[in-house]
Amino acid sequence: CRQALRSAAGPEVDFARAEREYQLYVGVLRGKLGLQVLELPADESLPDCVFVEDVAVVCEETALLTRPGAPSRRKEVEAMKKVLESLNLNIVEMVDENATLDGGDVLFTGREFFVGLSRRTNQRGAEILADTFKDYAVSTVPVHDALHLKSFCSMAGPNLIAIGSSEAAQKALKTMQQMSDHRYDKLTVPDDAAANCVYLNIPNKGHVLLHRAPEEYPESAKVFEKLKDHMLIPIANTELEKVDGALTCCSVLINKTSEL
Amino acid sequence: MTTEVGSETEVKKDSEQLGPDKAKDKPEEASETPVNQKSRETSSEEAQDSSSVPAPTSQSSPGSQKKEKASPESKGISRFLPPWLKKQKSYTLAEPKDETKKRTTGEEQVVEESEGQTSEGVAQPKKSLEEAAAENQHNVKANDKEEKHSVSSAETQPAKDGKETEVEKVAEEKEEKQEEKEKRETKEVQTVEIKTEIIPQKSPKKSKTVQCKVMLLDGTEYSCDLEKRAKGQVLFDKVCEHLNLLEKDYFGLVFYENSEQKNWLDSSKEIKRQIRSLPWIFTFNVKFYPPDPSQLTEDITRYFLCLQLRQDIASGRLPCSFVTHALLGSYTLQAELGDHDPEEHRSDYISEFQFAPNQTQEMEEKVAELHKTHRGLTPAQADSQFLENAKRLSMYGVDLHHAKDSEGVDIMLGVCANGLLIYKDRLRINRFAWPKILKISYKRSNFYIKVRPAELEQFESTIGFKLPNHRAAKRLWKVCVEHHTFFRLVSPEQPPKAKFLTLGSKFRYSGRTQAQTRQASNLIDRPAPYFERTSSKRVSRSLDGAPTGISDQSLLRGLPTTGGQAAGDKILDIEAAGQAKLKEGGEEEDGSPVKTPQLELTQDGKSNSLRVEGENIYVRHSNLMLEDLDKTQDDLLKHQASISELKRNFMESTPEPRPNEWEKRRITPLSLQTQGKKGDHIFQVKTLPGKEKQWTAMPWIAGAKPEETDKRHASRTEGPCTGVSDADKSSHETLDIVEEKKQAEVGIEETLVVDETNKGKMQVATDAGEACKVEHLSKKDSSSLPSDSSSSSSSSESEDEEVGEYQPHHRAIEEVIREEQEEEEDVKRKEHEEKIQHVEATAEGSKLSVPVEHTQVTTEDLVQENAVTIATEEKNLSEEIKQDLGEEKEEEQLRLNGDVSHVDIDVAPQIICCSEPPVVKTEMVTISDATQRTEISTKEVPIVQTETKTITYESPQFDGSAAGNAGVLLSAQTITSESISTTTTTHITKMVKGGVSETRIEKRIVITGDADIDHDEALAQAIKEAKEQHPDMSVTRVVVHKETELAEEDEE
Repeated sequence: CRQALRSAAGPEVDFARAEREYQLYVGVLRGKLGLQVLELPADESLPDCVFVEDVAVVCEETALLTRPGAPSRRKEVEAMKKVLESLNLNIVEMVDENATLDGGDVLFTGREFFVGLSRRTNQRGAEILADTFKDYAVSTVPVHDALHLKSFCSMAGPNLIAIGSSEAAQKALKTMQQMSDHRYDKLTVPDDAAANCVYLNIPNKGHVLLHRAPEEYPESAKVFEKLKDHMLIPIANTELEKVDGALTCCSVLINKTSEL
Repeated sequence: MTTEVGSETEVKKDSEQLGPDKAKDKPEEASETPVNQKSRETSSEEAQDSSSVPAPTSQSSPGSQKKEKASPESKGISRFLPPWLKKQKSYTLAEPKDETKKRTTGEEQVVEESEGQTSEGVAQPKKSLEEAAAENQHNVKANDKEEKHSVSSAETQPAKDGKETEVEKVAEEKEEKQEEKEKRETKEVQTVEIKTEIIPQKSPKKSKTVQCKVMLLDGTEYSCDLEKRAKGQVLFDKVCEHLNLLEKDYFGLVFYENSEQKNWLDSSKEIKRQIRSLPWIFTFNVKFYPPDPSQLTEDITRYFLCLQLRQDIASGRLPCSFVTHALLGSYTLQAELGDHDPEEHRSDYISEFQFAPNQTQEMEEKVAELHKTHRGLTPAQADSQFLENAKRLSMYGVDLHHAKDSEGVDIMLGVCANGLLIYKDRLRINRFAWPKILKISYKRSNFYIKVRPAELEQFESTIGFKLPNHRAAKRLWKVCVEHHTFFRLVSPEQPPKAKFLTLGSKFRYSGRTQAQTRQASNLIDRPAPYFERTSSKRVSRSLDGAPTGISDQSLLRGLPTTGGQAAGDKILDIEAAGQAKLKEGGEEEDGSPVKTPQLELTQDGKSNSLRVEGENIYVRHSNLMLEDLDKTQDDLLKHQASISELKRNFMESTPEPRPNEWEKRRITPLSLQTQGKKGDHIFQVKTLPGKEKQWTAMPWIAGAKPEETDKRHASRTEGPCTGVSDADKSSHETLDIVEEKKQAEVGIEETLVVDETNKGKMQVATDAGEACKVEHLSKKDSSSLPSDSSSSSSSSESEDEEVGEYQPHHRAIEEVIREEQEEEEDVKRKEHEEKIQHVEATAEGSKLSVPVEHTQVTTEDLVQENAVTIATEEKNLSEEIKQDLGEEKEEEQLRLNGDVSHVDIDVAPQIICCSEPPVVKTEMVTISDATQRTEISTKEVPIVQTETKTITYESPQFDGSAAGNAGVLLSAQTITSESISTTTTTHITKMVKGGVSETRIEKRIVITGDADIDHDEALAQAIKEAKEQHPDMSVTRVVVHKETELAEEDEE
């Protein structure tokens, strides 16, 4: 099962609407997909704490607590740490003060990691990630003109990378393709923001894909709709997008059953 | 005396030894000595007789003549044949003693018998004599060869020889000494016993065995005695035999230089040439990690791979996460201990194993926990599971080398099955798949790769890395060459080409490729061999002890090696030279050095020149190289040998005045002109401005000093000893040559273009490669002048140019051709290697055809023609060389000068770029397909329900090209090949439409494998590679037909 963790919303957004969207998001995960969702308590002192993805990278039995690139977010890690500890994961903390890493820069394909080197993530942070997940190749991808690597891409299937059409996105994709021994399929969508989707492989439900709603990105939605094998669930994310939030940002997917 | 194999030499030695002994003995034993003297004086007749005797034997076997001589002497029987009289006379002197009479009778008989036995018989008489006389086992031991022969002889003539032989032997020996005057100083002989003593002395000389120790993967040690001159293959085969390992191509032997540098033993070379110091200690290791171990045929092979990986993991070379350590450890336990037994396996049973560099209690507990879950797995299954997990590790099979990038930043270069990986710290910062790499080279401590232009780029780029030293660079280069060859190349399909086009550095991977080894292993027909899985405890212990071979090579690499780095190449060359000599003169070791050098020279060719420069290039795609190994290894060795000499000469030669600027100008303009059309070339010229001026100088120099070189060659031939000194000298070379090389390169590049065009024309005229040959031959014959080759259509410039330039041209041309061939090979590779399930690629305007100006001719044809002509040219050259030694040298030097390796690369790109059709993006793929369900039975499983999917990806362009099919069909061919996990059927159709030739390649690739993931991966990889490999070709359609067993579908 998978659990989505989340906390409160950010400022300067239609909070009520953001709340509705968030509830829908959680509702889908919990209700429709039957996932166990652990929600982190909201902390008003941490405006970005809704974007839980950035503070932890979880792969198999190991969780890496990051050191977010934005100093104001460093404290978000604490709440995450508590929850992860309760899940009996092997927890690795990024203590090196020269290292920064946002989970939004980490793309795990199932076979390897790509780490975007962005304003939020540096080489040292990527190294620590590589040390943490030694089984996997960790390749670095320069990210320009975007907040995070996953601001314009994400996994949309077991071997399928959804990628935006912007120059930055395409450039990053080329880099990833060159760096990988594997060959990924790509799903190119017109809108970078829409390329960030949440893929889940759930027993008895198969391939599930949460993607941005047609009302937001109609052209991109059409592309997603061509994925015949996927259970497609459009989700609006208009409000959080205003603060650079994408669909993946609001959850950390963990393949583990909680005993809580 | 040159080397004649064992028996003769041994005999000689014996005789020699005995002789001195006798001499010494004489004073001691007065009675005997006087007899001998008497015999000498008196028995001239006898001597004649003896001489006559050997003659018949000698006829039977020339090699054994010497022996025969000896034997007849002793026997004193030979009366028939006069030719040997001279030598024999001396022999006879010794013989006359007491037993002369008896000898004549008895020995004659013996001789006759031996004659009857043919060649063996000839050898035997001597042996028999010796043995009978000495009756010493020592002899046998000392000389293996002798032993064999002697044994037989002894058996045949036991009684007769007995008494007589003893005396005879002494006499013979003495005689031999006198005759041959090869004086080894053995003292005290004549009695049988004494002889025995002598014999042991002899033995060390000839048999010369060296003890080898090989550390095996299970921690045990294997030792054996090898002949000193044995090649690496001999030892490797012995080890594999000891291990009962058939799929041995994945493995290799490692030795350490200075206890720090890890080197792979080249099985095609003599061991002693590679490992300079005693003792000979090796470790048996996996050299090529199979990407999919499940495809190995035998469990025992997987077992050894497991052992290697356990070492890798425990030493930290192969990093794993905690979970993976635990999982792999648990499989190790299952394989080695069987099912978990709570009674037997207490809590501490695990701590004796080492699963990880830093093993914790927690990990051991986890291992034990997982071990319990593997109940029922057989050792073989457990190993398989182990491998399935290990192969997914990102560093599986990655051979790391320390390096610095162009900015001096520390990085690691990782060589693996798929290509070259670049790491900074633990992060992968770049990757170059083999298909993307056009050329690999190294120069001094720099390592270069030339990569194809990226999609939007026009030019190829060369990326340089700085290795700690020259040797490290060479090691890396070799590893790359080997990995590329092993994993990327299928079996060479066009042997003839291969011969001709052998270029590049001397080194090539001499083993089988993975594809070949798989094919071979498919033929393995034996019951699964029994083998005992030794506990990995041993392994871990050995790790602790830091035995040879286990230590992390990457760490070792970092250590700087002082001095002799530059010489590294050269040393190798020297080695090669030594080998060449040996081979050539299997019979003439000691003797005529003069002959060998000449031979070498004639055969040398390109490789030499390349090497001389100290720059080694490996052009991927060149299946040819593999072929070369098989066929022309000797030649290669010879080449190498000569190279070292050439290098010296080159170095020693005083610099000549520069060539006329005049000619330079001439040349350059031409090249420019020809190239002008080809954008790429111009570009290159610009980059190289400074060098152009100087380049011409080289050829001149070469020409000027032919005589000197000759002399030197002669002196050099003497042997390995000189070789060492050469190495030292060679180190100097680099300094001197560097500039020159560059110059030469530049010049060549320019000229190359011209030649190429010429050739193209020539080919056109002749169409057939043979015709070209004829022309060349005639030219050569007529003219000892260097300017012949490209002559017919060639520009006046080439003619005007001096000899030196001429050859470079040739070479350049050759290389160009290579490149072309490479291109072709790419195509072929696509066919074979690409795993795309139906790929139709259309090349618009073949690359080759454009540059050559033959639009109608198919590219392949052109290439082939070129190759042929080149080859012929080379041959001709060599012939010419033979005729005129002086010229030979000149030419060779020229070759040396023209370190064309770089040049070719440059040239090739030009061609390619010019002709390349616009790159079509095939990425816009529409998935249009339907899923059908049918029942299909797979091979392995009789009845399985399968799911069949057919997906067609078409690029928009396809329609256009397909629609225009109105062209004329030039050729069509279908090639089927099997590689690793795929069976590829390639159908190539060549059409001409409106003057534009179109090559359509349709590949049907059947990928079989267990895991779904692999299929996707393979397919994706294939498509990717196809694109990368043929930027000029576009993938117009991909049809994927997927059959999967439904049962397995659950996975994901």
